[in-house]
Amino acid sequence: MLIRKPSDIRPSEITSQQNYLRRRDFIRAGAIAGATVLAGPALGAVVPEGRRARLPDIGKSEFSTSEAPNSYEDITTYNNFYEFGTGKDDPYRNAQDFRARPWKITIDGHAEKTGTFDFDEFIKPFDLEERIYRMRCVEAWSMIIPWVGISLADVIKHYKPTSNARYVAFETLHDPVRMPGQRRRVLDWPYVEGLTIAEATHPLTILAVGVYGESLPNQNGAPLRLVVPWKYGFKGIKSIVRIRFTEKQPPVSWNIAAPHEYGFYANVNPEVDHPRWSQASERVIGAGLFAPRKPTLMFNGYGEQVAHLYQGLDLRKNY
Amino acid sequence: MNTLQKVRFVGKPIVFLLCLLPFLLAVGDTLNITGQLSANPVEDLLDRFGNWTIRFIMITLAVSPARKITGWNWLIRFRRMLGLFTFFYAILHFLVWLLLDRGLAADPGFHWGMVLEDLTERPFITIGFIAVVLLTALAATSTNAIRRRMGRAWDKLHYSVYAVGVLGVWHYWWQVKKDTSDAWIYAVILAVLLGLRMYWRWRKTRRGLSRSHTIAR
Repeated sequence: MLIRKPSDIRPSEITSQQNYLRRRDFIRAGAIAGATVLAGPALGAVVPEGRRARLPDIGKSEFSTSEAPNSYEDITTYNNFYEFGTGKDDPYRNAQDFRARPWKITIDGHAEKTGTFDFDEFIKPFDLEERIYRMRCVEAWSMIIPWVGISLADVIKHYKPTSNARYVAFETLHDPVRMPGQRRRVLDWPYVEGLTIAEATHPLTILAVGVYGESLPNQNGAPLRLVVPWKYGFKGIKSIVRIRFTEKQPPVSWNIAAPHEYGFYANVNPEVDHPRWSQASERVIGAGLFAPRKPTLMFNGYGEQVAHLYQGLDLRKNY
Repeated sequence: MNTLQKVRFVGKPIVFLLCLLPFLLAVGDTLNITGQLSANPVEDLLDRFGNWTIRFIMITLAVSPARKITGWNWLIRFRRMLGLFTFFYAILHFLVWLLLDRGLAADPGFHWGMVLEDLTERPFITIGFIAVVLLTALAATSTNAIRRRMGRAWDKLHYSVYAVGVLGVWHYWWQVKKDTSDAWIYAVILAVLLGLRMYWRWRKTRRGLSRSHTIAR
């Protein structure tokens, strides 16, 4: 009888992470096409958990909350991503055919190292970590999301910003053919966001590439999005193609759209209401029909880690 | 069957069931029978009932112009039912807000102060609430007996349905975060429905004026 001992060669040594991810995307695309033919676009549109590329070697993080995460379905069927429509289920309905590969990311501005990089090349130097974060939307609802990402501080260190780099500006892909929501001027496209360099290099800030251990679904901002857990969700710019180090405060999309309602900082703050609605409490997604609203926490509960960033700043004026 | 009987025994039951359909579907989705609510079920119900309130006010306000244009006088017999369905969906919208969203039904932290603050300090909620109060008054005075008893006052009171239309669209417009395209559609439809009435009234008074001129001469 032949007893086979496990191979000494790990699969990851044969198949590079990039090829592994690419191959998975190819299989996934085929699965979607098949499902669409069988069930029609409505049912075929949802790619359930377990059907995307499993991300390898994910580390744990002390920053993760111990609260139970929302279901994969909640996270991937209910969110805002105006590039695919303004309804909460538009992103998952309209983003399924979006191809997030090949993907280029440009790093420019005040840094020693700049250039345009392929997505796989861009994330290769950095460690993947799971970060289970609270997510508070400016519309007063919230979720717990198990992101997988890389530390933005590590990325910034890698590109060696100069002393002139006081802010970091981000930009989403602008491609109305691939992002049908951009065919209407609901916002000034492309979507732009920004952070101070201190916020960007804060250990809580990540660039997410996955959720629930799998590569990021299109509707959640594939292949790369920002996550800043103490700020309102709209700061988490999705499908990033450009990261720029700037000296001046960069413009941000929602502030351009409605300056009296959305500021540059957009820190979660139960004491400063949106001009039209209260920010004192939030509806917890997944808690059910009869669940009470939950009181919103200052800096979304991350005050201990981030409050020092805003010392001396009037948060009522700098909303 | 004459037209009146057809309206009564065929038309009204069918229209009644059609008007009830959005409610039945909401119940079916809540119980996971016909489908399911979104990840934010409270908001889902709130939006559905709110949207249907606005649609029903538009349909109700379209009855008179449609009757005038087509000459189908029997259309008027559906107007009260449509108006009452507007009230029905408005009350559902209001109750979902009060019981589920604000939490009167199950939230131990619920207090009326919170509701009062919303009603007084969030203008879009204030105008929505005024619309619901007006609709309640209209629904409460909708029977034939009360109408007869109220006489001219009934007509005056029921003119406020125009105000309900304006307040409803305004309430909708004000709560949209950015994409006002649906609100625009409702606003345009309402403008046409109210504009037609203004135009007809203006034409009537002009004709009346010129006629009285002739008599005076």
